[in-house]
Amino acid sequence: MIAELGHAALWLAAALAGLQVVFALLRGQAGAAALPAIRAIAGAQALLALLAFAALLHLFWVTDLSVALVATHSHGDKLPFYKLAAAWGNHEGSMLLWVLLLSGFGALMARFARALEPAVMRGALGMQGALALGFYAFLLLSSNPFARLDPPALEGRGLNPLLQDPGLVFHPPTLYVGYVGLSVAFSLAIGAMLGGRVDAALARAMRPWVLLSWTFLTAGILGGSYWAYYELGWGGYWFWDPVENASLLPWLAATALLHSVSVLAAREALRAWTMALALIGFAMSMLGTFLVRSGLLTSVHAFAVDPERGTFILVLMALYVGGALALFGARIAQVREGAPFAPASREGALVANNLLLSVILALVLFGTFYPLVAEAFGASISVGPPYFNLVAGPLALLLVALLFVGPLLSWKRQFRPLSKGAALAGCGALAMLVATIALGWSMSLLERLGLALGAGLVIASLVPLLTRKPWRAPAPVWGMVLAHLGVGLLTVGIASESAFTKERLAIVQPGDQASVGPWLVEFRAAVPVAGPNWTAIEADLLASRGAGAARLAPQQRLFNQPATSTSESALLTRWDGQLYATVGQGSAAEGWQLRLWWKPFVTFIWAGGLLIALGGLVSLVGRIVRALREARPARASARYREQRSW
Amino acid sequence: MTAAPKTQRLLLVILAIAALAGAALLALWGLQGRAAYFVTPSEIAAGRVEPGVPLRLGGMVSAGSIAPVGDGNSFRFRLEDETATTTVRYRGILPDLFVEGSGAVAEGRLLANGEFAADRILAKHDENYMPPELAERAERATAETVAAP
Repeated sequence: MIAELGHAALWLAAALAGLQVVFALLRGQAGAAALPAIRAIAGAQALLALLAFAALLHLFWVTDLSVALVATHSHGDKLPFYKLAAAWGNHEGSMLLWVLLLSGFGALMARFARALEPAVMRGALGMQGALALGFYAFLLLSSNPFARLDPPALEGRGLNPLLQDPGLVFHPPTLYVGYVGLSVAFSLAIGAMLGGRVDAALARAMRPWVLLSWTFLTAGILGGSYWAYYELGWGGYWFWDPVENASLLPWLAATALLHSVSVLAAREALRAWTMALALIGFAMSMLGTFLVRSGLLTSVHAFAVDPERGTFILVLMALYVGGALALFGARIAQVREGAPFAPASREGALVANNLLLSVILALVLFGTFYPLVAEAFGASISVGPPYFNLVAGPLALLLVALLFVGPLLSWKRQFRPLSKGAALAGCGALAMLVATIALGWSMSLLERLGLALGAGLVIASLVPLLTRKPWRAPAPVWGMVLAHLGVGLLTVGIASESAFTKERLAIVQPGDQASVGPWLVEFRAAVPVAGPNWTAIEADLLASRGAGAARLAPQQRLFNQPATSTSESALLTRWDGQLYATVGQGSAAEGWQLRLWWKPFVTFIWAGGLLIALGGLVSLVGRIVRALREARPARASARYREQRSW
Repeated sequence: MTAAPKTQRLLLVILAIAALAGAALLALWGLQGRAAYFVTPSEIAAGRVEPGVPLRLGGMVSAGSIAPVGDGNSFRFRLEDETATTTVRYRGILPDLFVEGSGAVAEGRLLANGEFAADRILAKHDENYMPPELAERAERATAETVAAP
């Protein structure tokens, strides 16, 4: 019954999305009157999608084995925590989450983006409805999450053990909010081009949504990276895998958009460019989904593979992106030229930032899809980390160097002597560079430059706060400083992890010791342990560095449903790095395989990533608070006028 | 030198095109010698793989070929496809789903003596996991064998 209810809700929501599009297409008098109706439909459609998703959650919660999706992905024994998360740990459920977010963002846009021309708003909400309609069709026609199983299964097949992790609960929803949030920028850009109004008001309306999805994308990518880092047991945090690139591509576009939208909002420049980025951003989100869901490329994070579904998403994407680009081509000549500016101004630096980000985007996109294109022509080719590191590394460092001066330049201004802050940062970078050479550390040029430029950026990023009283600085400035500081730390962390990681592989018996970097690790025993749906051999390790010791307990886990073994790494976190341990096969007679890594300052990668996301959050909250504060007097005076007119 | 509006847009367009052209050149240069990142034992046997270049080798683990070497932390095994076999040396912990007769991908480089030195073995996530490249080649090879007589 619940499954049918969810299914019906999906159909109804799809019908409403269609209605939303039709109303948005109305012209003249009827069109002008349609906007309130469109807003109401957007809200109702989101509620129905929410109902469908709640139905799916319920089915997973009660483990209704007569539903095919539940039977193949859940199991009655599973922990309650993962029972619900299993709802989106599969293709159909995750696509339902996607469409729920798409309609949810539509409803939020209808409710909160009010400062725009009605014509722009109609177009934007119509586009959002059209996007939702396509994905409803995808769900209902090729990936129905509510399909029944006849006869019902006796027992669920279980969730892949690697997914039975807190990472599953947070990572996909976070990433999806980021992906789908970009649809708002896409729809607003379409609305603006249809309505012929590309201006600062549009940029100001678009910015909070871009900030929101960028923040979530950052957090999602960081979370996914950390999840892969501890779950796969390889000690790596980024593999330039297609599935990872799928999340990096929209992030790069969103980062560029975030910066160009500021230029449009502050200076009415970069109109056409900003519109193009808004379209590219969500196009990259859809491309990422296509990549992940089609399984066309080899991935260490491979999910279920189904080419037919991939084709469906590809067709949807071609329709939306092709249509959007056609509109862009037709309308862009009518978009007024933006305000002029000097090369050595804030705008100039942001243009350079956008160019660099776009080039990195193009290179990653090319490297990710080149194998697919080549395959269509009969050549079997694959592109791996050597390519990506080579082409993206130097450009990313250029971007870091640009961050030394960019935020210190002022808008519009032609030239100002370099501030003391930038000079100080430059000295810091130079000192670091000299130090790495003087100390005789052997590392690649890229790593050396990464350490130097990252350290310089840590200084440079703080300068905008030092030139005024820090507590007086507006929230967006704080957000920018935090994010740029995060980029500096991240750069240092990446370079340090790459240059200084120490690895140790040993066969150990109880009582044996192994050293890695500054750490001495004692293997005390191999202990059998049991969890709710797994059993494991746990290595009891005692790690010490000078004074004090800490316990580490990596495991070899054997899950019973489905029967799979995984290796659970153990991490010891100190401010200056992480000690990473995994245990392999072994026996009491032959000893146990033990793999240890000491990763100096890998912590800076995690802290840096968190700071970047935090910067986005601070800026977003600051802007929302300010918008509310500005809206309140306006509303109060409107109410006052209303009362007066009585 | 604040440019006139019309020239500024033109300038930006030219800059963007130059950046993209630069990206294309960089991509082509970056792919030089790095395009064949995924290879099979038969490609190695045919002498089409250059030693010392980082790449991935995919194949099925030959039955009865996994053997520990030395201290018990190093292993030697063979990866095979339909026509050829490559010996792989690996020092480390073998992944949980690494078993004889199923697919695996070794990441590392080819040595001058024709053996493959792996830094990492990928065989994870799913007991049915097979890299698409490998699945397709196996299919193609099967089709060819059937068509051959």
